[in-house]
Amino acid sequence: MKKGTIPVEEKAIVNPLQTTGMKYYVVIGLLASVVGIGLFAYITQLTQGLEVTGMRNRVMWGIYVTNFVYFIAISMAGTLISAILRLTNAGWRKPITRIAESITVVSLIFAGSSIVFDLGRPDRMGHMLLFGRLDSPLIWDLFSLTSYLIGSILYLYLPLIPDIAYLRDSSTGISGIKQWLYKRLSLGWTGSEEQKKKLERAIKVMSVLIIPVAVSIHSVTAWIFGVTLKVGWHSTIFAPYFVSGAVFSGIATIILVAAIFRKAYGLESFLTLRHFKNLAYLMMAGNLIYVYFLVSEFLTMYYGGEPHDLMLLNAFFTGEYAIQFWTFAIAALVLPLIILAVPSGRTILGIVIAAVLANIGMWFARYIIVIPSLSHPFLTEGWNPYTPTWVEISITGLSFAGFALVLAIFAKLFPIISMWEIRGEQEGIASQESQHSIGPVGEIARDGGERAT
Amino acid sequence: MSKGPSRRNFIKASAIAGATLLLGGMAGFPGAASQGHPHSGSTGRSKKKWVMVIDTERCDGCRMCTEACIEEHVVPSGWGEPSFQGVRQTTKTAVLQKPEHIGRQEWIKVYNMGEDLGPPGDKGNFLPLPCMQCVNAPCVKVCPVNATYHNEDGLVLIDNNRCIGCRYCMTACPYERRFFNWGDPSQSYTQEEKAKTVFAESSPEFPVEHKKGTVEKCMFCAHRVKFGKLPACVEACTKAGMKALFFGNRNEDVVSNGAEILKLSDLLKSRGAYRLQEDLGTDPNVYYLPPRGK
Ligand code: SF4
Ligand code: SF4
Ligand code: SF4
Repeated sequence: MKKGTIPVEEKAIVNPLQTTGMKYYVVIGLLASVVGIGLFAYITQLTQGLEVTGMRNRVMWGIYVTNFVYFIAISMAGTLISAILRLTNAGWRKPITRIAESITVVSLIFAGSSIVFDLGRPDRMGHMLLFGRLDSPLIWDLFSLTSYLIGSILYLYLPLIPDIAYLRDSSTGISGIKQWLYKRLSLGWTGSEEQKKKLERAIKVMSVLIIPVAVSIHSVTAWIFGVTLKVGWHSTIFAPYFVSGAVFSGIATIILVAAIFRKAYGLESFLTLRHFKNLAYLMMAGNLIYVYFLVSEFLTMYYGGEPHDLMLLNAFFTGEYAIQFWTFAIAALVLPLIILAVPSGRTILGIVIAAVLANIGMWFARYIIVIPSLSHPFLTEGWNPYTPTWVEISITGLSFAGFALVLAIFAKLFPIISMWEIRGEQEGIASQESQHSIGPVGEIARDGGERAT
Repeated sequence: MSKGPSRRNFIKASAIAGATLLLGGMAGFPGAASQGHPHSGSTGRSKKKWVMVIDTERCDGCRMCTEACIEEHVVPSGWGEPSFQGVRQTTKTAVLQKPEHIGRQEWIKVYNMGEDLGPPGDKGNFLPLPCMQCVNAPCVKVCPVNATYHNEDGLVLIDNNRCIGCRYCMTACPYERRFFNWGDPSQSYTQEEKAKTVFAESSPEFPVEHKKGTVEKCMFCAHRVKFGKLPACVEACTKAGMKALFFGNRNEDVVSNGAEILKLSDLLKSRGAYRLQEDLGTDPNVYYLPPRGK
């Protein structure tokens, strides 16, 4: 690695870090104003209390909890792509790892903040640490979320070190602050063999450690619902059901984010159709597993025929929640599968459309998990009403715009594609890896079509 | 009104006074406990297990219990919770709802099991629901900060200085007996009520100082029963002539509505008492007596 020289190949990756176009500022400005509206809404909620939301005594959780479950789910992205594919030596993952890992970190931040938005007394958040009760699934979630967040930040940071060092050394057009930042964060990386070995070891250990933590957070989130006695929540399959949903929407989010960076940063030569196709296959697998769980859940509810279960199913299929249910079923389950099943649908555009549909649909999937079970008449006569207010919608806007904003800023400071890893691939280290690749993931990697060059 | 909230209905009838003494004994007043109540023991550990028995045959749906509870605890707004409005004619009295009580949280809610506002005196159709004070309480299990807990007498209380307002307990309660202060509770008060909340001493047993962003519910009038008084709703029911609510200590095997004193085990057995959703395993402390001969 010589000072100041950037191979033509990597120019495309580093370029966006050094030159910033007008478009970037426009996008940042738009996102920031959505975040601003959300902050205003949150201040309104803080001063007046949760009465400004559509939640009430019977439907006491609304779209904040929906967003929480949604963001927790997409945090699966990083672990799946980076850890699992790293352990199975699927070489094609390399250009996507950084994107996936950053999605994990940012989504966990907004999952956590969604819970804070939902609290009646956010000023007493510290009570969770002061008086935390180990019997409560919410405390399990707190532990799981913080360990996953810390683990994911480490896991994002470790493979970033060589790239930060690289940026530190190729000092062309870097401002003083950035230079200082890179110097600090690169921890004196020189790229020696010993350092490399240590780093590889650390990454490998992290990728093993992070998988159980990731599984735990999706399971614990499922158990928050599963351990209650509510109709539609009190189910033994909720944990694996949530894990499969997380795989599905995690991949869909990677596809979407990768497509945006590809266009915005001109990364066409790194993120090719092959990557999108491989991701699409994984997404299809996630979709099918989710359908499998959904069917087994609904079938047992229907066949048993308990009146409350049947009422809930009726509400989904033809009743009060039919619109949300069918939006979910068609957008998340049916359409992506149709698009991806036909070979002509497997273009980048087709795959991205499928991913967008899956993301929208899976948000509604969480909506119909959280709200109907509360709205369901238990002792009262009719379905309890719930309609989110402008405050809730604005704060949801804040979460999503904030998610995009943090990712956009991150990608301005650090290369969004792991340079040293794809360099490694070109130098032949990775070609060794892909020979050893095992299992279906390896198959996909080899059959995936075009190479990334 | 301006007097201490727990004193207002105190000693309305001699029967109530009698029950008071009795409950005083059960409550383990040092004096009363040592005379004639060997079961209360002297270990200092609580031997109380409060139970409520609701005779649905007698309940007329007059909602006096609800009114008394709101009055006693200065219960704040229910923020749109569907609540009864107007007059419910009964066989004994016509009970007028205080206008300021409309739309308040109904810690003890009188459900009409038939059509809402069924024919007057259509006995057995009403089901008053206080908090069941479950022994195996789902709400207590899920609270992340121990803000909702069992006190030494087995009552489920809420510490509204600790509650973080996550509302997880509300999702967990299978009887929908929990309420949330969605906004500032004092905004729903009259001047008089405001004064009452300011001067009374607030505690988890008697949380008159209701707090925004925290959870509320019936706590079996813990502040009254510990001094041997009947809960406000029980007193009010008897005063209205219904005598449908009984209260007592299970370990003493005795319950009273202020007018009668009955043996709990006999009452439960002879009337075929049941508890709500017993199959859930929550072990509620509220028993219902089904109507006879219908
Ligand atoms: S009835 Fe509900 S609030 Fe009362 S103790 Fe049982 S679970 Fe808790
Ligand atoms: S709302 Fe309050 S009492 Fe209920 S679970 Fe949360 S912290 Fe506990
Ligand atoms: S026992 Fe007390 S708190 Fe509970 S419903 Fe009756 S009056 Fe209200």
